[in-house]
Amino acid sequence: MNDATQRAVPDRLEGRWTSYLKSWETLLVAVAVFVFVINALSSPYFLNAWNLSDATFNFTEKAMIAMAMALLIISGEIDLSVAAIIALASTAMGVALQYGAGTPELVLVGLLVGLLCGAFNGWLVTGLGLPSIVVTIGTMSLFRGIAYIILGDQAFTGYPPSFAWFGQGYVWWVISFELVLFAAIALVFGILLHWTSFGRTVYAIGNNPTGALFSGVRVGRTKFILFLMTGLMSGIAAICLTARLGSTRPSIAFGWELEVVTMVVLGGVSILGGSGGIPGVVLAAIIMGLVTFGFGLANVPGIVMSIFVGLLLITVIGAPMLWQRLRERSA
Amino acid sequence: MSIVRKLLVTAAATAALTIGAAQAHAQDNVRIALVVKALGIGFFEAANEGAQEAAEELGNVEIIYTGPTDTTAEGQIEVINSLIAQNVDAIAVSANDTDALVPTLKKAMDRGITVISWDSGVAPEGREMNLNPSSNQLIGEMCVKMAAEHLPEGGGEVAILSASATHTNQNNWIAEMKKVLPEYPEVNLVTTVYGDDLADKSYREAQGLIQSYPDLKAIIAPTSVGIVAAAQAVTDAGKVGEINVTGLGLPSEMAGHVESGASKSFAIWNPIDLGYAATMIAYNLATDQATAEPGAEISMGRVGTVTLDENREGAMAEPFVYDASNIDKFKDIF
Repeated sequence: MNDATQRAVPDRLEGRWTSYLKSWETLLVAVAVFVFVINALSSPYFLNAWNLSDATFNFTEKAMIAMAMALLIISGEIDLSVAAIIALASTAMGVALQYGAGTPELVLVGLLVGLLCGAFNGWLVTGLGLPSIVVTIGTMSLFRGIAYIILGDQAFTGYPPSFAWFGQGYVWWVISFELVLFAAIALVFGILLHWTSFGRTVYAIGNNPTGALFSGVRVGRTKFILFLMTGLMSGIAAICLTARLGSTRPSIAFGWELEVVTMVVLGGVSILGGSGGIPGVVLAAIIMGLVTFGFGLANVPGIVMSIFVGLLLITVIGAPMLWQRLRERSA
Repeated sequence: MSIVRKLLVTAAATAALTIGAAQAHAQDNVRIALVVKALGIGFFEAANEGAQEAAEELGNVEIIYTGPTDTTAEGQIEVINSLIAQNVDAIAVSANDTDALVPTLKKAMDRGITVISWDSGVAPEGREMNLNPSSNQLIGEMCVKMAAEHLPEGGGEVAILSASATHTNQNNWIAEMKKVLPEYPEVNLVTTVYGDDLADKSYREAQGLIQSYPDLKAIIAPTSVGIVAAAQAVTDAGKVGEINVTGLGLPSEMAGHVESGASKSFAIWNPIDLGYAATMIAYNLATDQATAEPGAEISMGRVGTVTLDENREGAMAEPFVYDASNIDKFKDIF
């Protein structure tokens, strides 16, 4: 390395961001490999195709939502009602089932309810200008509350076998339908965020909404679309989860919103908006799935997993800020 | 990236080697997983104690006591998936959801794992058999028996304080109580009142009973809310020793009233016996010493024998009686 290359580094803003992102994702790959090796060494049951396939069900549904949530958080908003949307969409599918709906109608109902809930959130945030964190805490109670009113302590069961395939079916050998669907969704969102002008718009809004507005970006409309997407993904997750459980209860997917946000933040998306990417979130989802499964194989109580994720989150959010402060001091 | 790839390859290779080594040593032990609604609940810790007791008695049994952090079906499914992966011999589960666990448990059975439910059952297609802590009949009988035991010579008036008139469980138990009344001529059932499982309403209903029936000798409350409220009302009315409160309650909530004498005895299932019995059944089914089919009789060791009905369900035993002699031990458990 000579002097010229050393001094040529910090002249472009974008270059710094991409290099930072690259290093973050490399770190995630290293963590994933590390977890994989530890699991493989500590349990004789880990490296089994069927077992690994079972383990993917621990994260696929949450990770689908995390894809849309990543874009939403990059744009500076958040949706905490995703798990409640699952509950409402699943309940609506159960009601449709009582009226004799077949598999295509059930899927349609799930998608529609997801979209409607997303539209409602989007309208409250962009139409009325309310802060998304407050709005979605409210709709979180609202959506789940409706599910509780409809179901009480009852459950909807008796979904048709062709519907169960969405949550229990395999496309080829150990490759489940859910895993394939997740991969497809991740690909779509990866392209959308990183290779389209819509994706650049999302970053622009997250970094500086006013600046974006004066550059001709339709900030409100973009955010509305992002809420729609998050709602739609929650609807898809509701279809998969309902099919996997074969039943609907109002407590379905309880507490998932936090796990989804955890995946997104762990994946390197700044909670303040403006930065992050899809590959990181995908890696974070896989890491969380592997760690949960590994702890499960070792029969480690679930609370240890919670502690682990909590520490990881604090480190992930805290380390870059600490790093920057140190650099400012030394500069 | 090449370093990463190299790492991956090495990892896979080492892991493959370890697997071969680990699977080589034969498994003599029968591994039974006791899956509970959530970890950190006294009731289930006590069930685990019973399971350990059964394991010690059987000798070649390893108990895996596990469960999710909070009482969700999704969490339990993750736990059960990892148990399937470990290829345990049996899973005995107290389910957070009757229906949601069925697909996962079916998968477990497909892979040759014995699956039973206990305490909180799973729908019939998701398990080989279900162990209920007790039965309506046994609960009804026990309530009347406890009331009769502490009546004065020559019998006396007894009233029932129930939850609400629409609660299926309580109504079934009261119907069973009425069935056995002819066997207890000293018990003179005067009325049934409803406190709706609300502490204040139950308390007022109990007060009403004390005033309306001056010769009342016992109150049977087959609800954990009602029994505490009734005991409090008897204490506040200064009738301790005169009116005995009994029924179904939780040791932790009733300890004070047993000490004061407002309640001579009450009943509820014993979690230690429940964990013990579930383990015994799981062992017998997993080792093919018994088959879960309608009419089958399966041994539960010291607890006795369970007989399965047409839904492959059975009742463990009559409810366990708690009184001054054992309340101190159980009040810290649940």
